[in-house]
Amino acid sequence: MKNRIDSCFEQLKANNEKALITFITAGDPDMETTEKLVLEMFDKGADIIELGVPFSDPIAEGKTIQLASQRSLKGGTTLDKIFDVVKSLRTKTDKPLLLMMYVNTIFKYGTERFFKNCAEYQIDGVIVPDLPFEERDEIQPTADKYGVYNINLVSPTSADRVSMIAAESKGFLYVVSSLGVTGTRSDITTDFDKLLAPMKDFDVPCCIGFGISSPELAEKMSAFCDGVIVGSAIVNRVAEGGKDSVPAVGEFVAALKEPLR
Amino acid sequence: MGKVGRYGEYGGQYVPETVMNAVHELEAAYDKYKDDPDFIAELKALYRDYAGRPSMLYYADKMTKDLGGAKIYIKREDLNHTGSHKLNNVLGQILLAKRMGKKRIIAETGAGQHGVATATACALFGLECEVYMGAEDCKRQSLNVYRMNLLGAKVTPVASGTSTLKDAINEAMRDWCSNIDTTFYCIGSVMGPHPYPAMVRDFQKIISEEIKDQLREREGKLPDCVVACVGGGSNAMGAFYNFIEDKSVRLVGAEAAGRGIDTPDTAATMALGTPGIFHGMKSIFLQDEYGQIAPVYSISAGLDYPGVGPEHTYLRDTGRAEYVPVTDEEAVCAFEYLSKTEGIIPAIESSHAVAAALKIAPEMGKDQILVINLSGRGDKDVYSIARYRGVDLVEE
Repeated sequence: MKNRIDSCFEQLKANNEKALITFITAGDPDMETTEKLVLEMFDKGADIIELGVPFSDPIAEGKTIQLASQRSLKGGTTLDKIFDVVKSLRTKTDKPLLLMMYVNTIFKYGTERFFKNCAEYQIDGVIVPDLPFEERDEIQPTADKYGVYNINLVSPTSADRVSMIAAESKGFLYVVSSLGVTGTRSDITTDFDKLLAPMKDFDVPCCIGFGISSPELAEKMSAFCDGVIVGSAIVNRVAEGGKDSVPAVGEFVAALKEPLR
Repeated sequence: MGKVGRYGEYGGQYVPETVMNAVHELEAAYDKYKDDPDFIAELKALYRDYAGRPSMLYYADKMTKDLGGAKIYIKREDLNHTGSHKLNNVLGQILLAKRMGKKRIIAETGAGQHGVATATACALFGLECEVYMGAEDCKRQSLNVYRMNLLGAKVTPVASGTSTLKDAINEAMRDWCSNIDTTFYCIGSVMGPHPYPAMVRDFQKIISEEIKDQLREREGKLPDCVVACVGGGSNAMGAFYNFIEDKSVRLVGAEAAGRGIDTPDTAATMALGTPGIFHGMKSIFLQDEYGQIAPVYSISAGLDYPGVGPEHTYLRDTGRAEYVPVTDEEAVCAFEYLSKTEGIIPAIESSHAVAAALKIAPEMGKDQILVINLSGRGDKDVYSIARYRGVDLVEE
């Protein structure tokens, strides 16, 4: 079966659109709301959704997602409960779903068991920010076996590493917008033309994430790539509205998608 | 599997892409300078003239007679400048940072000893210094916070998670990702991504080099047993390293059991931990079935860590070293024992090693030698020990 991420980018290319990838922390404020938020975001224009698997010590996250992870864990979220919500979501949507998580969650669960479940519950890919390219064998053979994409990341410091990483990337390349951790930024000034110059030799879409906080910044970033990833700005709205955040998140997602069409 | 920095299956470089080039740059710089005669000469001069090395190997006659077993020697890392073994590593890393052209140093600290050592070296070399410390530890070790401020460092309390050492490391790693161009992360233990576990060990192995030389001179032989406390494991790694090939030397690490390994209030990673990947390394960690890192507890802020350096895990798995849990109560009793018996007030961290030695020495022969690595001095702990004993110390 073709990976949904590939189908998604083919479709977007045909429509001359850029991808909007959105992130929420699963289980924040609860699983029921997570399911509603996913469906609402897809409905309002999200093309791909990342579900954050909360980790006790998320070293790549800024304050917003740290707090969301804490709220979620406090509410009793576990990986198994996230698989349950994905199972339920798959009866309602066929759009790409990814898990963003830390490598220890996969390792402790059992790499084989984890990817077998991903295949069964139709998770299309994983993003693991603390698993660099050199350590990818920790999960890559098992992910490949089950047809789940391990989405690679590059950052402004990657420089000569971009080609090496792009050459083995599937789905899309996650381009970290700027130095630092996740969280909203008022502007992003990275020289993407230079950073992503090697990408002309590779047929893998690039999506920029970390710090994209507004439709204006989404539009600015989209000029350099095939899609944008928005996390903390959405999670802030979930934090404000809690169970009642669904309409506000939907509205924001629609506004983010607008300049990408 | 990643090829570099492995101890069996443990170790590795599990860090975000943003810091990978910096980790490689550090690896290259360390490989270049570790055998460089100028680098070694500068470090040796600092060890001698600034840190006060070699540290003394003291024969604890009263303790030996009292316990009635092995001859007990105490390696006096507590007499090292800044009051612990931590400076050995920091001087090495700061010299490296200087050669790499880094202007800003960050560090994490638990008890504050590594933070104080880092602040000290930064004062000496005129470098900007920021130390991350758990908010809870800032309270427990307010004296060290003030010392770091005196030395010109900025201390940033970390209130996330359990507000202890692991959270300080999380925050230091976040800072490192944000300021990678200018900033050198001076990790205080044999943990984190390669090359840190190897580099910190190499800067600490002078402890076992000196023990070996000093005992050869005094006794004409190797020790039979070396005991050291283990949090992340830097003083233990330093005290063990040059004896690993000498199979007759028993190597014992004392870890913090807190209120006991049968309670949730513990930091006994070796007794209760399971394999995991965290803070840049594969090793063993205290965690739940879903890999969430457990909140840990010990009276000792310096041993209050839910993991252990990868080389220690390897030494344990291969049977070369053994690790024993020591409770708060045992450590406090050992703190008091050494103070009264030998007139040496040990750090509460090092008191865990003393407590283990109190059990091991009586079972050894009188012709045998046990060395305790006394990693630090206990002045910083007097308040918390008084509190533990129900004594309220108030200064007017």
